[in-house]
Amino acid sequence: MDRRDFLKSTAATALATGIAAPAVWSPAKAQSRQETLLVVSESGPNNIDIHGVGTNVPGYEVSWNCYDRLISHEMKTGPNGVPYYDRDKFKPELAEDMNVGDMSATFKLRKGAKFQDGTPVTAKDVKWSFDRAVTVGGFPTFQMKAGSLEKPEQFVVVDDQTIRVDFLRKDKLTIPDLAVIVPCVMNSELVKKHATAADPWGLEYTKLNTAGSGAYKVTRWTPGTEVVLDRNEEWACGPLPKVKRVIWRMVPSSGNRRALLERGDADISYDLPNRDFAEMKSNAKLNIVSIPYSNGIQYIGMNVNKPPFNNPVVRQAIAYALPYQKIMDAVMFGLAKPMFGAPAGTATKVEWPQAHQYNTDIAKAKQLLSSAGYPNGFETTLSFDLGFAVVNEPLCILVQESLAQIGVRVTLNKIPGANWRTELNKKEMPLFTNVFSGWLDYPEYFFFWCYDGQNSVFNTMGYQSKEMDGYIAGARTAAAAGDTPDYDKNVKSFVDLAFKDIPRVPLFQPYVNIAMQKNIEGYQYWFHRRLDYRTFVKG
Amino acid sequence: MTILSEAPAETKRPAASGLMAMVRHTQYVLAENPVTAGSFALFIAFLIAAILGPSIVPYDPLASDTAAALQSPSAHHWFGTDQLGRDIFSRVIVATRLDMTIAIASVVLVFLLGGFAGIAAGFYGGWTDRIVGRISDTIMAFPLFVLAMGIVAALGNTVTNIIVATAIINFPLYARLARSEANIRREAGFVHAARLSGNSDPRILMCFILPNIMPLMMVQISLTMGYAILNAAGLSFIGLGVRPPTPEWGIMVAEGAAFIVSGEWWIAFFPGVALMLAVFCFNLLGDGLRDIVDPQRRT
Amino acid sequence: MLRTIGRRVATAIPSLIGVIIVTFLLTRVLPGDTASFFAGPAATPQAIAEVRKQLGLDRSLPEQFASYVVNLAKGDLGNSLTTGRPVVTEIAARLPASAELTLLGLLLSLIIAVPLGIVAAVRQGSWIDHTCRIVATAGVSLPVFFTGLIFVYVFYFLLGWSPAPLGRLDVFNSPPPTYTGFYLIDALIVRDFETFRAALSQIALPTITLAVFSLAPIARITRASMLAILAAEFIRTARASGLKSSTIIMTYAFRNAMLPVITTLGMVFSFLLGANVLVEKVFAWPGIGSYAVEALIASDFAPVQGFVLTMAILYVLINLCIDLLYSAIDPRVKVEG
Repeated sequence: MDRRDFLKSTAATALATGIAAPAVWSPAKAQSRQETLLVVSESGPNNIDIHGVGTNVPGYEVSWNCYDRLISHEMKTGPNGVPYYDRDKFKPELAEDMNVGDMSATFKLRKGAKFQDGTPVTAKDVKWSFDRAVTVGGFPTFQMKAGSLEKPEQFVVVDDQTIRVDFLRKDKLTIPDLAVIVPCVMNSELVKKHATAADPWGLEYTKLNTAGSGAYKVTRWTPGTEVVLDRNEEWACGPLPKVKRVIWRMVPSSGNRRALLERGDADISYDLPNRDFAEMKSNAKLNIVSIPYSNGIQYIGMNVNKPPFNNPVVRQAIAYALPYQKIMDAVMFGLAKPMFGAPAGTATKVEWPQAHQYNTDIAKAKQLLSSAGYPNGFETTLSFDLGFAVVNEPLCILVQESLAQIGVRVTLNKIPGANWRTELNKKEMPLFTNVFSGWLDYPEYFFFWCYDGQNSVFNTMGYQSKEMDGYIAGARTAAAAGDTPDYDKNVKSFVDLAFKDIPRVPLFQPYVNIAMQKNIEGYQYWFHRRLDYRTFVKG
Repeated sequence: MTILSEAPAETKRPAASGLMAMVRHTQYVLAENPVTAGSFALFIAFLIAAILGPSIVPYDPLASDTAAALQSPSAHHWFGTDQLGRDIFSRVIVATRLDMTIAIASVVLVFLLGGFAGIAAGFYGGWTDRIVGRISDTIMAFPLFVLAMGIVAALGNTVTNIIVATAIINFPLYARLARSEANIRREAGFVHAARLSGNSDPRILMCFILPNIMPLMMVQISLTMGYAILNAAGLSFIGLGVRPPTPEWGIMVAEGAAFIVSGEWWIAFFPGVALMLAVFCFNLLGDGLRDIVDPQRRT
Repeated sequence: MLRTIGRRVATAIPSLIGVIIVTFLLTRVLPGDTASFFAGPAATPQAIAEVRKQLGLDRSLPEQFASYVVNLAKGDLGNSLTTGRPVVTEIAARLPASAELTLLGLLLSLIIAVPLGIVAAVRQGSWIDHTCRIVATAGVSLPVFFTGLIFVYVFYFLLGWSPAPLGRLDVFNSPPPTYTGFYLIDALIVRDFETFRAALSQIALPTITLAVFSLAPIARITRASMLAILAAEFIRTARASGLKSSTIIMTYAFRNAMLPVITTLGMVFSFLLGANVLVEKVFAWPGIGSYAVEALIASDFAPVQGFVLTMAILYVLINLCIDLLYSAIDPRVKVEG
């Protein structure tokens, strides 16, 4: 028995004998504990309205659970038997019935659906909410635009119970875009009461209060400390959730989060280091669910507008010099899907993400670098987001070490999380690592954000290619027209081009990892990767 | 208002002839006080590690070896290995130089800034005194660690900035100590004598006042050296430490802390011990120095 | 009395002004662009420029400073970007948590360190003296976040003696009604002993962590001032007149030796406020320290400014109290400006 096992076994003994349980539960408390889900995570929401200015990702989770959308996705069985949202199948949520025509879709609202203050949900609330999403600007407006939802005139109130969405153009993404988090339906009368001339959409009110018809409502929220959500007993859009109350606590230290889970004090946590997940998986005290991010990859990006990375041969050299497998083992602990090393001659598939054919081959990298005119390498800076340092820091250290072998001398630059977006926006960092994942799980959606010449913030490399733009536009048109052969051809072409030009080198597809107590069931994977409290059951 | 301000006024000490007596007294104190003697030995060990470190360690402190990641201490890796398979023993030893640099450089800097400002304030009084006093008060009114965080966050997390930030937050300690000591001696007989024999003010400051204050300042210096290392460690914990992959005790403890619950205790433990021993050694050295400097206090 | 207090407060004004200016300048050079953070992930340059104008960030520094001071005079510290709430509300809600923790830590540290210092001085040079020195110094030699994490590991994870490090109260307890904002005192006021116990068990570990860190300065100063007093003439006189040793130490020496200890308390307090920032992060303590750290990392300057200003005012007040206490103990001391 080595030292480590010894320590572990002591910990286990302490757990098994349950020495001095910190609190004795009175029966009433035990009951409330039974119906309460305690979630711990590193950070919490800054705004509980997804239409708000600068709402962070934890804020999305609150919005998802507290508001309803017209439609949602069906579930299917995903990897390892975990329920997984079905990209192609929709189910009614607030709408009872959906009728998609050639250039419009009509929705009939569910009878008896009420907002949390008791007022019935009407078509004008839906219109007001959609108008708001396409008008307030920033992220919600951009997300709506991704599904060609751009103008208030597109949303027409037919009668109190019926709303029609007119299409600007044929776009395969319009219906899926109505099922993301952004087009949530709000209590328009309630919010309008709190609107002012300076704030016509009542953003200040919804920032702090929920005004939806959803299954949960926020009853207490201390930013940076905790969010308490209570079940909406009147929820009409699905079976009443089993969990009565969700307490979501922010615990900044990852070691403490793991301790809370292992001692059984917390029910769920999802942002622990990979190593912790890997270990907890093997000791089987908790349920660990690991699922690849849909449509997401972590990559090494290169600024293609500045030497030396403006030279495609240099970029290929870098792609041959990255320590792919080491990263998989030492950084990800196997909890990721490799996106490298496809056997030579593998046919390109009509899917994304898929593995490229580069592999760690220092000799080849050296030779490419010499032929590009850098026989002695060069100096550069590799930047990463400090907010995800648990993965990024060891990853970058390995990259630094590996690139040193081909003479590329790298300085590491950690950038605080809040400034990361700013730095990406400037598009001046020569070399960096980042993750991108798209809510809508379509290759052309990913490429539209990350490789298109419109140069969005996620085209972090500043990559511009008329050829690429042509394929992406071609795929979108073909998808809208339902022309499968043309669609397939375009998707294969843009994937091939992305791998040949290699402005960014995909490393792996990260996993969403969730650790739960054994008595917790009902986890479902959603495109937004946050928790859906509605289906959880505490046994 | 410093830890040391209660020290009774130093009596004038003859500068040169006392040297031998001083050495003898030091020997006496070391023999008498095993704790101080131990801390002196430790200090010398740290200095040796700082000077020779990189050339005596068994592994390259930066070289990763993912096949040997997270190994517990063994004959090969005395202190085990970290997540990337780097040898912790080598990293701890090599880090000594950087940590000593941070400690010593920040102390030298604050001595030059705070010490001289304080001496001038105490000697000249009036406006000089008021300005130095106000600067000290303003710095003291900040929560010191947060001020250091702010400086490093604003100027960037380089070693130089960590040193500067540490020096700035210690400024009031030095300025106040030097001021009160200089103030006491301003009217002392030997200063009058020096002035009468035609010495200029700067010369009096440098050649007569400074040497008399030095012993007490040395005590302060050894104490703040410990805090400088702790300060750097705290900055690392919140992500403002030195750049990876540079080995530094604080950042190693901060990163290793996340591994404690999962049982890989050695990652944080050994750098933690090194850090603790260094701060410990500086602190005890401070106490010892005080005994050497101020024999009356011992009897 | 009131006049002396007024004069003493007046002398603190220049340093408060200094604090305001320095914080303002420091926060403006923080990296990161508030406007592009506000404008969201997919904003165009025009949108960012618009937001910048809205936030008044396009104006010159002196102009920004003037409007900051005007708002400050109205008691408006601005809004936090990360939590989206007024800084004043946040600080008012979080200050009691930090104050309760820091004061309790200071109290515990005094209870341990003062007797240690006295014993060390009375038995100077003995093994007790050396042990005291080593114990106190060891406490201050470890980074405070590390001590905290080790405590959590040992007392919560391994032994289970301490409750989960989840802030001020267990998740299933509700806080007592607010009178002082200090949970321990509020729970006692309404005689809710269960909550009192729960709050006490939550605050125990962070308090000990802080106390361990502040033992050394207090013990050291107590020892030094006891040594100085024990060597004084009046103690020798007291001994010569045959008073009991315990009477001499406790009545004569101790009372006099306390003066410098009280003086240093102000500094130790400031020292603890700094350490608090890290301890709060370890124990998920909802205080203003953790709030300020998050804000600083996020380049969110309104909370940082608010935090530093609150701390500075607190520091000035504490020192004022100490000066008054000092003059109460020792009538020879006049509170001076």
